[in-house]
Amino acid sequence: MNKEVLKARLEELLPIPSFEEGGEWLAVIVDPAAWDAVARQLRSTGGLDFDFLFCVTAVDWKTHLTMIYHLTSTIHRHTLVVKIKLEPVNPEVPTVSGIWRTAEFHEREAYDLMGVVFTGHPDLRRLFMTDDWKGWPLRKDYEDPVNMIKL
Amino acid sequence: MDVSTQDAHESVFPGQVHPTAGGGILVTKLDEVINWARSNSLWPLVFGTSCCAIEMMSTAAAKYDWSRFGFEVARATPRQADVIIIAGTIVNKMAPVLKRLYDQMADPKYVIAMGACATSGGPFFYNTYSVVKGADHVIPVDVYVAGCPPRPEALLHAMITLQEKIRSGIK
Repeated sequence: MNKEVLKARLEELLPIPSFEEGGEWLAVIVDPAAWDAVARQLRSTGGLDFDFLFCVTAVDWKTHLTMIYHLTSTIHRHTLVVKIKLEPVNPEVPTVSGIWRTAEFHEREAYDLMGVVFTGHPDLRRLFMTDDWKGWPLRKDYEDPVNMIKL
Repeated sequence: MDVSTQDAHESVFPGQVHPTAGGGILVTKLDEVINWARSNSLWPLVFGTSCCAIEMMSTAAAKYDWSRFGFEVARATPRQADVIIIAGTIVNKMAPVLKRLYDQMADPKYVIAMGACATSGGPFFYNTYSVVKGADHVIPVDVYVAGCPPRPEALLHAMITLQEKIRSGIK
């Protein structure tokens, strides 16, 4: 399915979809509250069959955070990017680890380094940092006077 | 620099042989012979934490071939290794591992800090929460090599410098 067909298909499926174009892949912007339902549809709707979540990213824009999910279908060979805008303080988004198992560790990484809380995640612990670590080291406003030498 | 001639000059046997009937008499100092032997048989530990390790492997491989200088056998256990080449970034979580490996090596043991990361943290000196700013915060270092990563020639030069240091008797 090419970009245009995919976009038309998503417009049928989602209530008020908003798209971002110009990139290599079609990007759709989703509300955090709607994400769980949308993710299930993307995974199981015939013709879409997004069965592979190949990248989970968190971006700190200083004013807010964004979660970015790269989905692809190994059956139809089409790719979709999902972007979710989050609040700057206490960013929360429902987990998709029940839909794509790989998200379990990807989300733990995003939680560990960026402090995004994935509600419903079965095992949301720190992944790379030590268990007693305070703060989210990849946030733009992160301060660590002990380990960091500021330039 | 001409590595081969300098090395040949420096690594001559420290002593004189006086030929006599039925053999010969060797006059030397035991310390010098021991240091000479040690310097020409330094077994490195298989240890690499990032891209410097690729250059280190290249130094070990056929083109640069560090076995020409007595670094023949890289050992996969610290108990059989004489020298550890810190080839890469040391992060806070790796520091206790490096310390333990160094502690497990048998004396006499030597350390080469290869590249900018192992020397000072290098590109990760500023604004990093996870990197140790120089491996010498964890274990004592004998020779530092500049570069990011250093070329194999630079590592060979560091290794020959270490041999010279050992032969000179400096502790």
